[in-house]
Amino acid sequence: MNEAAANVKLDAVEMRQVYSSAVYELAQENADIVALEADLMSSISMDKIKRRIPERVINCGVMEANMIGIAAGLSLTGRIPFVHTFAQFATRRCFDQLFVSGAYAKTNIKILGSDSGITAEHNGGTHMAFEDLGLARLIPNAFVYEASDAAMLQFLIKKAAAEYGIHYIRTIRKKAVRLYDEHETFADGKAKVLKDGSDAALFASGIMVAEALRAAELLKEKGIDAAVIDMYCIKPIDQETVIRYAQKTNAIVTAENHNVIGGLGSAVAEVLSEHHPAPLKRIGVHEAFGQVGTIDYLKKYYRLTAEHIARAAEQLV
Amino acid sequence: MSVKEINMERFRDQIRLLTLKQLHHLGFGHYGGSLSIADVLAVLYGKVMKIDPANPSWEDRDFFILSKGHGGPALYAALHLTGYFEEDVLYTLNQNGTALPSHPDRNLTPGVDMTTGSLGQGISAAAGVALSHKLSGRSNRTFVIVGDGELNEGQCWEAIQFAAHHKLHNFYVFVDDNKQQLDGPTKDIIDPLDFVSKFSAFGFYSERVNGHEPDAIYQATKRGEAQRERPVAVILDTVKGKGIPYFENMENSHHIRANDEQNRIIEKIMMTLEEKEVRA
Repeated sequence: MNEAAANVKLDAVEMRQVYSSAVYELAQENADIVALEADLMSSISMDKIKRRIPERVINCGVMEANMIGIAAGLSLTGRIPFVHTFAQFATRRCFDQLFVSGAYAKTNIKILGSDSGITAEHNGGTHMAFEDLGLARLIPNAFVYEASDAAMLQFLIKKAAAEYGIHYIRTIRKKAVRLYDEHETFADGKAKVLKDGSDAALFASGIMVAEALRAAELLKEKGIDAAVIDMYCIKPIDQETVIRYAQKTNAIVTAENHNVIGGLGSAVAEVLSEHHPAPLKRIGVHEAFGQVGTIDYLKKYYRLTAEHIARAAEQLV
Repeated sequence: MSVKEINMERFRDQIRLLTLKQLHHLGFGHYGGSLSIADVLAVLYGKVMKIDPANPSWEDRDFFILSKGHGGPALYAALHLTGYFEEDVLYTLNQNGTALPSHPDRNLTPGVDMTTGSLGQGISAAAGVALSHKLSGRSNRTFVIVGDGELNEGQCWEAIQFAAHHKLHNFYVFVDDNKQQLDGPTKDIIDPLDFVSKFSAFGFYSERVNGHEPDAIYQATKRGEAQRERPVAVILDTVKGKGIPYFENMENSHHIRANDEQNRIIEKIMMTLEEKEVRA
């Protein structure tokens, strides 16, 4: 995968098409699969699926709390509900429902939180979730993922359908940078090492993986050999890979389109401080709300660029 | 005791007695809201619901969800009397490591279909169960009890809209309208106005009955069965703390840690109910 950095380009399909097609395929194979929406069906391309299998796609209207309750009830009868809404509505808006009717009641619900972080763009601060991973990570026994590309999202959806429990998958809605082949395999719960390196390790998730790859190139120009690791599995976190790279590089940078509290940066810091203390810098949103803007503008505003990652790594090396 | 031949008043008294025995044994708990639902539980568990206590997860069963989870002790009494577990389990209520927590937990107690206690959530899950059965063309019905105070929760009205939109005729909501919520009379805190017209406006078949007349509850449920397009709401006109006049007149009987005087009152009522049961 050493060439990955050079080859980054946008995928041909949007993440929303990946989601809706994957759920459709699963529904064809398994009669228990249902999809729930909260009046954002067309935003995630599920409207087309509803036309094909109307009884398997349930539009709950603008009722996020009730949607999680309905999902819990469907699960009680053996169905496997996939629930989608924008990330802030999928977590902040219905946290107690996810916690009690979901995890505490041990029901089986798959949640897709879309339009995550700065990719909410012009919906602005009310819609810009920088805390959804943190909230989801606080739910006991929940599985928490952030998809970085289309192949991975497809993998995560299938994985969530096959396993019992609460799975929260964070994604963007539109086109992601293509990082993996269609048939790429992801070892269970293991981070994906995209590029090995010995001077610093860049742990990134979601849209920040592509930034980390570019940061590694910038670092290479300065003679710094940085590893890039896709930490799509935020919980349970791949402790072994974090510790291994801490031992190897003693210079760790995390990068996330999320608050540095609660998400990837926190998760990596917890592993390091308990198992192998190592210098760490966290790239992410620091004590701020969202705002309207283009992705490029917001990346710069919140210091979420390859340059910021590279600078952080340089300071540690 | 044949389920169909059951004397609902007697079953109600048994539920009331065992609810009191559990709470008296523990020394504290949600007396008021447990006692007000003894009648509807007697009707549902004694006469209406298709259940198999020997097989709590029987696929063809009717589902029951106590959305007002703080009524747990009354549900536990009904579950024991129906045969889900032995009486001694009742006296573990809220003890360390118990299978009977204050609020029902589907992963701990046989016969509990959904974990509840965070108000407003049970009714949504119940609507999900009813939808699932309707989509499958199955005949299972779903019964849910919500509190009048619980209906302050916006999520309840989300679930109510949802059930009406999906024409869940297999969905029965019983409102324990005991006119009291934790902090006082509902009319002083959030006036519920008229539940019957509210549920009707939301698309339910709705009627109000005396919640302490088992046969009236049963007849309302039967009328609900005639509905083919609408979910059913039965507003139960109830009294919080029903069966213990001292509690009925109390300003706040939601949660009581009984003092010596109250314990004597409770013990007297238990004795009366036990004598009644011996005579029956």
